[in-house]
Amino acid sequence: MSVLPETAAVRWRPRLDDGRLRRRERGWTLSTAVHTVPWLLAAATLIALEPLSFPVAAVLVVHAYAIPSLYANRGALVVRPRDRSGTGPEAMALGLLGDLVGHEARDLHARTGLVLERGALGVWLVGEAGALLVRPGGRRADCWCVKVDADLPSADRTAHLLLALREDEAGFATVANLAFSGAVRRVGRRLPARMRPAVDAARAAALARMSNAAA
Amino acid sequence: MARLVRMDRTGHSTLAEWAPGDAEAVEAAAAAFREQLDAGYYAVVSTGEGHAEQVRELPADAELVILRRPIAGG
Repeated sequence: MSVLPETAAVRWRPRLDDGRLRRRERGWTLSTAVHTVPWLLAAATLIALEPLSFPVAAVLVVHAYAIPSLYANRGALVVRPRDRSGTGPEAMALGLLGDLVGHEARDLHARTGLVLERGALGVWLVGEAGALLVRPGGRRADCWCVKVDADLPSADRTAHLLLALREDEAGFATVANLAFSGAVRRVGRRLPARMRPAVDAARAAALARMSNAAA
Repeated sequence: MARLVRMDRTGHSTLAEWAPGDAEAVEAAAAAFREQLDAGYYAVVSTGEGHAEQVRELPADAELVILRRPIAGG
């Protein structure tokens, strides 16, 4: 297996593997709890001490909801479509991307703008400025922000990320920045409606994989 | 016919084409290949669905060699 050459630019990052990713995911869960629970406790305490403080308690509850929502929104942003270049280059780039993937993935990309790719860490949805990894079981998603520093059509950007992912999945996740980790549904509902079928397909593939592994 | 393709703002550009038995065409493709690597591109060969391999020498027997720019965390 080849090692992604871009990992040399992030030497300080340990190469990601399933165990390290799980630890990072637990860190995200803990961080979400730290951002949420104190506000909820404060709201409950206020109500217990003085029911008339309900308006202040409501603000605290909204705050507890808003912070994790902002993080989830940041996660969804990594796969949201960007501005398109001219239609000619885009069509050319789509042709090349189509050559790289199978019929099913090509069809999903045409409908949602995302390419589904099965990997060792889970099922990936590759977009033009990042990728969403649905972990085995289909409940958790990790959103990775990764870019190509070049003026390229959208499909070429996706092809860049797809090829890098195929070269070295762990290296790809090492180079990319983790923008969010949490429940798939939290990311899914912040995506444009036309992209949600890709999340459903990835969840189904991640669930099927878990079932196959258990059988 | 094998192709050396660079992903760029036009969608992609075909930089060289060769048949494995055509030594002259392979040499021209290898020269174009080295030039692009020197310019900072990485060369990738798709090795079936879900797999790709980075190459540092032109694989004359590959059907399609793709040149891509480096990626970085966003």
